[in-house]
Amino acid sequence: MSEVISVDRIRCDGHGLCAELLPELIDLDDWGYPLLRSGQVPHHLRDHAKRAVAACPVQALRLQTGVQAAGPSRRA
Amino acid sequence: MLQRKPGLLDGPPFAAGAESPAAHQGRLGLLPARRDRLGLVATLEASGLQGRGGAGFPVGRKWRTVAERARGNAVVLANGAEGEPLSAKDRTLMAARPHLVLDGALLAADAVGADRIVLYVGEEHHTAVAALERALGERRREFGRRARLVRAPVGYVSGEETAAVHYVNEADARPTSTPPRPFQRGVDGRATLVQNVESLALTALIARFGDDWYRTAGRGSAAGSALVTVSGPVPYPGVREIELGTPVGEVAAAAGHLREPLEAVLLGGYFGAWAPIEEAWHAALDPAAMRAAGLAFGCGVVGFLPGEVCGVAATARILRYMAAASSGQCGPCVFGLAAVAEATTRLATGAALPDDLDRLNRWCGQLAGRGACRHPDGAGGLLQSALRVFGAEFAAHQWHRRCKHGHLLRKAA
Repeated sequence: MSEVISVDRIRCDGHGLCAELLPELIDLDDWGYPLLRSGQVPHHLRDHAKRAVAACPVQALRLQTGVQAAGPSRRA
Repeated sequence: MLQRKPGLLDGPPFAAGAESPAAHQGRLGLLPARRDRLGLVATLEASGLQGRGGAGFPVGRKWRTVAERARGNAVVLANGAEGEPLSAKDRTLMAARPHLVLDGALLAADAVGADRIVLYVGEEHHTAVAALERALGERRREFGRRARLVRAPVGYVSGEETAAVHYVNEADARPTSTPPRPFQRGVDGRATLVQNVESLALTALIARFGDDWYRTAGRGSAAGSALVTVSGPVPYPGVREIELGTPVGEVAAAAGHLREPLEAVLLGGYFGAWAPIEEAWHAALDPAAMRAAGLAFGCGVVGFLPGEVCGVAATARILRYMAAASSGQCGPCVFGLAAVAEATTRLATGAALPDDLDRLNRWCGQLAGRGACRHPDGAGGLLQSALRVFGAEFAAHQWHRRCKHGHLLRKAA
């Protein structure tokens, strides 16, 4: 099962710790908000990803196993 | 056999106001019996009907997802917020054919097992609100206390589906984080089918005339018909019904032909994309074909850009609107949209900073997927299309501070 990292964009305040702890997957934009290079977390980065999730001061970062269920789109 | 394919706007002219229940039923006949409405999901799947709110998600699949929930009654939210500035098709439909919209909402409720219907209508669409309120009164026996009308607050984002649910639940029309999506947990925590009012009205025609009727109503490989809103330098702008697959040039002809030569057309709305007029002219208004070409049918906006208006300035105006319409919850949307709106405005007004165009090129790809809702995706896509279609103009504004329209010294409209 592959793991996927995602950001709750409403919670995220752009503290930027995630990009420091997981630079392989996360960049910051010009305002300090995370840009996910890839949501898929390769096995060898799993511990780093977990650390980044734990370090987020507003708990905006999530690590989920498996692919998110597909569902209807957001705009009706 | 029907001689002519019925459409959403057949019947009395819009100017005659809302169609009465008697006229509506006399023209279209009764809805299928209640026990037959469960089968409608399969009929809709077979019809190929896609949602008309903007995203174009298959309607049948959406109904099935809600119908196959684990437990409890569902809710149907008929979305008539229509915040898109260039679109008027939903308010026109609700005002002129309220009973068709109610038919669709009722069918949806019976098909997915909903005991409540919320008609979510933009508060600024006064005629539509009045028509639907009156129509509900005229069909109290059918609807009972199942349905109520909620006035959606003015705003581009109010119609986003999580924002609609949030407003009905907590009087806060800002989008929420997903999951859960409304089909999982929506109004009062129940599975909620959020469906645009035009999509619902079409289901009421498909229920009567069949999936085959709908599939063959389009041209070429496109299925069905759709409402579009035409704007720009044409004698007869406004809402009209087209067969999907109709080329843009034919839509212009139906609106009385372009009054002047022009360069570009905005397709799909502020959430859509610019297309060069020569590319668009023969292009079919067909959601699948448009998606393949990097365009979007969206909510059916066909906005011709007047020849004398600078594409950079028009894009700046749209981006400023989009930035102001952000619900202000997600950093990339708040800062990113403000930044692209400001840089494009500087370019449009001859006040470009040396790296504005470079930054726009970089930023436009960084907006998609960066918000709780897709508002930043819409702005980013629009900007990307502008940089492609008006590329030479953007460059002239950056490097020569020149605009062939001579608008440079004037603040963009």
